[in-house]
Amino acid sequence: MGSADGVAAWRRLVRMGRPRLTKANVLAALLATLLGVSIATQVQLTNARGLEDLSQSELVNVLDDVSLRASRLDQQVRELETTRDRLKNGTDDATEAIAQAQKRVDTLGILAGSLPAHGPGIQVMISDPERQVTGPVVIDLIQELRDAGAEVIDIGGVRVVASSFVETRDDAILVDGHQVQRPIQVKAIGDSKTLASAMTIPGGVVETMRQKGGTAVVTEVDDIRVTSIHHRTPLVHATPTEQPPG
Amino acid sequence: MIPAIGLLVGLLVGLLLDPAVPLWLQPYLPIAIIAALDAVFGAVRAVLDGIFNDKVFVVSFLSNVVVAALIVFLGDQLGVGTQLSTGVVVVLGVRIFSNVASIRRHLFRA
Repeated sequence: MGSADGVAAWRRLVRMGRPRLTKANVLAALLATLLGVSIATQVQLTNARGLEDLSQSELVNVLDDVSLRASRLDQQVRELETTRDRLKNGTDDATEAIAQAQKRVDTLGILAGSLPAHGPGIQVMISDPERQVTGPVVIDLIQELRDAGAEVIDIGGVRVVASSFVETRDDAILVDGHQVQRPIQVKAIGDSKTLASAMTIPGGVVETMRQKGGTAVVTEVDDIRVTSIHHRTPLVHATPTEQPPG
Repeated sequence: MIPAIGLLVGLLVGLLLDPAVPLWLQPYLPIAIIAALDAVFGAVRAVLDGIFNDKVFVVSFLSNVVVAALIVFLGDQLGVGTQLSTGVVVVLGVRIFSNVASIRRHLFRA
């Protein structure tokens, strides 16, 4: 087979392509025309194919495809919504947590005496010319105030906290080691009615003062201001546990 | 030459008239077209081989179309229409490719 064969092949093709009016050729032409029509029709049909032209299995496939895609998109939507909620709540949570923490810090600061405080309360002025009011009496006073729900107690400008101690030295009263000037001025923040009645009940602080030759004047105040703060001594031995018990 | 012109004319007619395909024919038409194309390429190859025969072409064309349609019909009845159609298309495609390769070798020596 040389290149002459290639030329021969072309020649053969041309010869066969020459119009010959045989029955078979006409038939072949007819079939070719039919094929052309079919191809064109089928192409157009395929292009213009709507769902109504699909067979049952094709419809099932389409439906499967669509539901698969829908479920995938559904899942995506859920994931994105979760993320969005998390982000949204995250900022809310953080703000809320900070607010709560700040509130807690304030409360604890007031209770621990590390923050100045103000609020309704009472003022007790104890005049004691005979210097009979000693440490135990002051401790009784503090206990009474605490029982009555006092949140902040200040004795003679010294903030009273859980660890506060009272001592008597040479007629002088010391609270947390600071000498308290006479007349002793006591401030307490809490429900003023409750605090006042706790002071004045029979057998209470006021009566005790009178027995000891002093006077205690209780005044209810709408907004009493306690500016003294307790300076926390650093803890040496105790460290907080991770979780509060209970 | 006349069949080639006929093919072009048919394409134009189909494009312009856009005839509606009867519903019963729709599943078979694509496979039938592939089968017919196989016959056409086979015919060209036969021409180049020097063994072309008009009668053989017409018969092979028609039988190809009928058998293809029959296979699809049978496949549909058996519930494996899609798979069988795919199989037929693959087989005919392979045949078309081999015919085209042979034609190419004849005409271009490559």
